[in-house]
Amino acid sequence: MNFQIAVLLGQDGITNGAIYALLALSIILVFTVTRILLIPLGEFVTYGALTMAAFQSGRSTGVVWLLLIMIVIGCALDIRNLLKNGYDLRKVQWIILKLAYAGAMVALTQLLTLSEIPMFLQVILTMMLLVPVGPMMYRLFFQPIASAQPLVLLIVSIAVHVAMVGIGLLLFGPEGGRTQPFSDTVFRLGSVMLKSQTLWVIIVSIALIVFLFLAFERTLYGKALRATAVNRMGARLMGISPDFAGKATFALAAFIGVLSGILIAPITTLYFDSGFVISLKGFVGAIIGGLISYPLAAIGAVGVGLVEAFSMFWASDYKEVIVFTLIIPFLIWRSLTSHHVEDEE
Amino acid sequence: MMTATTAEKTTAGELLLDIQDLHVSYGKVEAVSGVSLQVREGQIVTVIGPNGAGKTTLLSAAIGMLKSQGEVNFDGHLYINPDVEIMVGKGLGLVPEKRELFTTMTVEDNLLLGAFMRYRKGDGSYESTLAEVYSLFPRLWERRHQLAGTLSGGERQMLAIGRALMGKPRLLMLDEPSLGLAPLITREIFRIFADLRRQGVSILLVEQNARAALRVADYAYVLEGGNVAMQGNAADLANDPKVIEAYLGLASKHQELLSS
Ligand SMILES: Nc1ncnc2c1ncn2[C@@H]1O[C@H](COP(=O)(O)OP(=O)(O)O)[C@@H](O)[C@H]1O
Ligand SMILES: [Mg+2]
Repeated sequence: MNFQIAVLLGQDGITNGAIYALLALSIILVFTVTRILLIPLGEFVTYGALTMAAFQSGRSTGVVWLLLIMIVIGCALDIRNLLKNGYDLRKVQWIILKLAYAGAMVALTQLLTLSEIPMFLQVILTMMLLVPVGPMMYRLFFQPIASAQPLVLLIVSIAVHVAMVGIGLLLFGPEGGRTQPFSDTVFRLGSVMLKSQTLWVIIVSIALIVFLFLAFERTLYGKALRATAVNRMGARLMGISPDFAGKATFALAAFIGVLSGILIAPITTLYFDSGFVISLKGFVGAIIGGLISYPLAAIGAVGVGLVEAFSMFWASDYKEVIVFTLIIPFLIWRSLTSHHVEDEE
Repeated sequence: MMTATTAEKTTAGELLLDIQDLHVSYGKVEAVSGVSLQVREGQIVTVIGPNGAGKTTLLSAAIGMLKSQGEVNFDGHLYINPDVEIMVGKGLGLVPEKRELFTTMTVEDNLLLGAFMRYRKGDGSYESTLAEVYSLFPRLWERRHQLAGTLSGGERQMLAIGRALMGKPRLLMLDEPSLGLAPLITREIFRIFADLRRQGVSILLVEQNARAALRVADYAYVLEGGNVAMQGNAADLANDPKVIEAYLGLASKHQELLSS
């Protein structure tokens, strides 16, 4: 291997690693706040990529109907609760707002010629269609069982993942999707070529990580989510509802997942069922961080990306095996060093 | 005793908390069986009773952490099986038995989170409440950048109380605030209850330390086996032979010393 190839592989590794890092952060975020392992996270990645691809190729997508159906069912459940628990103006306003949003999305996707609008707007529209699927997913499948055992949550999470893969096939078809790069420029640093999409991925990932850091360190809403992760009983006593925390984290995870999908869509061809393996690599990063430590998880995830890129060169058949074997020493190390943290007092 | 009770009740303010015939069960076991209890505005009411009497269960159900049957009237509104988020929003605060602090967050973050509900409702005046809490507990000001998990037992209790006060509660419920604290710190914390009442916060105080509780309270309930066994003016109960024997006698005095 010469220097140039190493740089190329390194670039690929860091690009993928940055995406895995984002996914690892979402997995930890959702897990610490809700105790749910978000298996369907990968579907947000593929849905994001394939929705963009569908827009650009001028195919119609049914994604908006998925959103509409979820919102309608969610609102029906909310109305049933309202009838049971009594009228509450704020909740009624929310229901109307959600239905109006779904209606607006249907109108937009039907009226616009999606392949002709600027790419920037395609990105925005993809986000607007898919990010609300996150909180609605929480509302429909997890909120009713929020206090269940972690194992039950995991099983439901797997079920939702399987359903999402199936729906993905229905919405996007079996063929893969790829999108145009954000920009065509190629940078040269001496003899080294830098792909512009690589820079996009790295810049957006870093921006997102900084944004998340500020949101969780500086805003009271971010602190409220952290508080829920630290002590849910204490958080409830402060009026931080677990429903709010769950929907907020799912919204963030969906946002990160969809954005990741949009970012890698120009580099990688994704299929309706590609999400699982991608999020699994994020999961390896999350495990390296012990499902608690954000910085360790991010570093671990970038490591996963690099190992993947270089093993592709040396032993491409064993790429996935090598990546997932990475998890074993960390699991052993974790199980040897971890001690159950007792409750305070 | 009854006449004294009525007299006391009429001199106190409006009914703030009025619990009627509350039942709470864990599975098939009923831990609170038909408790009725009132707190008037400006009062300190205490609930004493042995371990396992259902005191913690009663407070948890009143704020909506546990499912219950019966009525909880708070500030003139009736709640059946109340919801925590709503009760906190209406001005009910609970300092739980285990404190439930956010141990990996700073003291100041813990306090700010106490005002989460006010912040959400667009009430920006919590900064001044923060200053009040710091002046009430200067120790918390000194430690404001420290993680809550690094505090001593007494400081944790102060933080738990301060955090609850950040929500500007009309009624503050405290579950065994003196549990595990040295006598000196217990005294400091009890002194604060009197201060708080002067500032218009009503208090419902659950205590094992019956002597200290009866001294600071206006009215008292004795809870035994999930039922109210006795109630009356705190001063009257403190002189009641049965209470003295069970909760203030030599034996319990001894226990109090041991536990401190
Ligand atoms: N989580 C629980 N599950 C089952 N039983 C409980 C639980 N918590 C308390 N109990 C029972 O309910 C009764 C009342 O407990 P508690 O309210 O904690 O009493 P106190 O606070 O007066 O010591 C006790 O008999 C206790 O064993
Ligand atoms: Mg108790």
